[in-house]
Amino acid sequence: MEDASSLTDGLPQSPASSLVSLERITKRFGDLLANDAVDLAIGPGEIHALLGENGAGKSTLVKILYGLIEPTEGEIRWKGDIVALDGPMAARALGIGMVFQHFSLFDNLSVIENVAVALSADITLDTIARRIRELADTFDLALDLDRPVWTLSAGERQRIEIVRCLLQDPDLLILDEPTSVLTPQEAEDLFGTLQRLAARGCAILYISHRLEEVRRHCHRATVLRAGRVVATLDPSTVSARHLAGLMVGAEIGDVKPAPAHAMGIERLVVTSLSLRSEEPHGIDLRDVALTVRGGEIVGIAGVAGNGQSELFAALSGERLCGDRAILLDGEPVGHCDITARRERGGAFVPEERLGHGSVPSHRLGENTLLSLHGTSGFVSGGLIHPGLARRWAARIVKTFDVRKEGADPRAETLSGGNLQKFVVGREILRDPAVLVVNQPTWGVDAGAATTLRQALIDLAAKGSAVVVISQDLDELFEIADRIAVIHAGELTAAEPTSRLSREAVGLAMAGAREHTGESGKVERGATHAH
Amino acid sequence: MRIELLPRRNVSLAARILAPLAALAVSFVIGGLILAAMGRSPASAFDVYVVQSLSDGWALQQLALKATPLAIIAVGLSFCFRANLWNIGAEGQYIVGALCGGWIALITHGSDAGAWVLPAMLLAGIVGGALWALVAAGLKVVFGVSEILTSLMLVYVAEYWLDYLVRGPWRDPKGFNFPQTVTFDPSATLPMLGGELTVHAGVVIAIVVVLVAAFILRFSLFGYRLRVTGEAPRAARFAGFSPVATTLAVFAISGGLAGLAGVIEVSGSIGQLKPSISPGYGFTAIIVAFLGRLDPIGILIASLAMALTILGGEAAQIALRVPFDFTRAFQGILLIAILVADSLVTYRLRISAGRRAAA
Repeated sequence: MEDASSLTDGLPQSPASSLVSLERITKRFGDLLANDAVDLAIGPGEIHALLGENGAGKSTLVKILYGLIEPTEGEIRWKGDIVALDGPMAARALGIGMVFQHFSLFDNLSVIENVAVALSADITLDTIARRIRELADTFDLALDLDRPVWTLSAGERQRIEIVRCLLQDPDLLILDEPTSVLTPQEAEDLFGTLQRLAARGCAILYISHRLEEVRRHCHRATVLRAGRVVATLDPSTVSARHLAGLMVGAEIGDVKPAPAHAMGIERLVVTSLSLRSEEPHGIDLRDVALTVRGGEIVGIAGVAGNGQSELFAALSGERLCGDRAILLDGEPVGHCDITARRERGGAFVPEERLGHGSVPSHRLGENTLLSLHGTSGFVSGGLIHPGLARRWAARIVKTFDVRKEGADPRAETLSGGNLQKFVVGREILRDPAVLVVNQPTWGVDAGAATTLRQALIDLAAKGSAVVVISQDLDELFEIADRIAVIHAGELTAAEPTSRLSREAVGLAMAGAREHTGESGKVERGATHAH
Repeated sequence: MRIELLPRRNVSLAARILAPLAALAVSFVIGGLILAAMGRSPASAFDVYVVQSLSDGWALQQLALKATPLAIIAVGLSFCFRANLWNIGAEGQYIVGALCGGWIALITHGSDAGAWVLPAMLLAGIVGGALWALVAAGLKVVFGVSEILTSLMLVYVAEYWLDYLVRGPWRDPKGFNFPQTVTFDPSATLPMLGGELTVHAGVVIAIVVVLVAAFILRFSLFGYRLRVTGEAPRAARFAGFSPVATTLAVFAISGGLAGLAGVIEVSGSIGQLKPSISPGYGFTAIIVAFLGRLDPIGILIASLAMALTILGGEAAQIALRVPFDFTRAFQGILLIAILVADSLVTYRLRISAGRRAAA
């Protein structure tokens, strides 16, 4: 059956056979048309990708489907019947589960308590623990149930969200950028999970910017551009480049490598940095050494939860260490707090852009102050000049093409990619001597990721030293001059990217040492297995 | 039956402003019902509590005097509460402030010490209250002890300390064994505002405190720091705002202002130290801070509203023989009504019959 209003490739679109179908969904926010007569149908057991640039209307659409936003026009059919979703509870009651890009977890509660809050009150914690273990076994989702959430990495937090949804036995699972924090291996495991779920008849709506992933694992894809459906197709039949082109409405550009430039002086020198984690289950940093010269990007690869957040805290000055453990432009800064390091030319972008890199309920103008209050002219004599801060925010917005609604919106109203452009742009615009950025393109679409990576390359080319902590190996191989690997709080020596293979880096991420003693370990393991 | 609170998508400014007024109205209705059950006429109670208190020049001045300590303490507490720190012990800091200020009044008693006495008393009150609050803050930052418990328990320590001093070492030898100190000298007494007014200079201090605090919270980096700390503690760390320094600062501020209120009360209104120097100002100020939405200007208005209940309560004790406990109960009802009104402004209530069918 063909639907003339969208470019389909002949796959079934009939509402009768669909688990859920969105029909002519339109959503207007003031003058902005976020969704414009969007049709989308998902059948049982189908893995359906939703693609689009930042601001294309993907988030709005899934929020409508999850009952968080009411559509201005249009209908939602669930198993053929028109339904009114007046809240997430109604959506969950139907059998719709959602894993958000920004985690909705209570930091002070343990893993199991976070799972329990979403469930009906008459289920005991023991029952929940047993069901989680069953799921963990079936889907290989390891979780330490008693750890408080604030001690977990983003990757571990995401696992809670997934388990939380699976416990509710959904018929439709919506995932917003689920693989953006996972290693390639972890992502493969997740797809194993998703495929097993699909085989049992659960439909999956999957938002991602990793187009290769979408091509390999999704049965169908719907591409949104400026609120409209521009294509519905089988992604395995087209190239990733073609998909990207559909998303942006033009051919997508590659990151331009920096013009040849000489490496400058050593701007960031870390020696013998050891730091005990403040948290009972945290990772201690052990004897970390790292030298980054002006003009250079050094990538730090690693699986989530191997000391990246601790390393970021130590480099940024959120935690202090031995004074000479960190030199910034030759000056010891280990005893300096983050503001003092900023005054000496340091700039920092944390992993979590909402709640760490920005205050969600504050406007962009106020959020400009967050990292600039000590180094800009926005504060004098203890008093804030809000006008200057707002003007600087407008400059960041303009330079980095941050798309937003209204003159000075609250940070939480921006999409992930646009807020990330703001948070990274805020630091780059300062022309820092050293920039340390943790997961620069996590959960960001292809267009924004390209913009961000290009900005980092351009910053290094101007003479800054840049440290990129990332779990995205493709990203590091694309932009880093040298790559080091962090595992269990230890950092390997940074090697030139050109001399490294992905396999070698992947092995180091898993904790294997190439030269010393590893073969012995493998042999022992092998002996044990026999 | 199933009752759910669902977040509202948009909350209008009008709803936010009207909520405290609605809470006030509902509290009056509930209070009236309680009075009726006690066999008193709600209409005459309303007349005593509200109409008489607002219609008479003397009563209005009394209103300002009662509102003064409430406003000063609540403004201090708003610094704490904005940063998500919970100083519940302003009553104790108020008492210690009064003790420290009163001590200067007592050691200069009968001497011809001059104009420095009063400023020294105010300063001693601020320092004493701040140090008392810093005990709780210090325990929190060093040992991680909950500041809610320690600040509250230190209230009782302060109360017994005051009780001991006025019954023992500081008792007026010529006071016929009454547990009270000598009456402060004029040099240790806050001046009246002149003319026929019965209002002392503490009222002016309160207004200055409100205006300065409003300015700091709105325009200073420190006010920004408190907003960031309260709303996103990790972002505060990223901004370089040390949580330890913030905790110590807001406790020092709230304790200092509570101490200032204490010394103003004993120096301006009471004129001596005695076992009871507060009808619970330090606790009532918590209600005032929230009723005023943690905004100094709002707190000024809220302090007048709460002063009305105290003043009316005192009048009702005499005119209607309603125990002062009723006034305390009424303040509690008002706090609950405010919290409910706030919840209903940000959430809507949905009541559905029967349990949700298992999906």
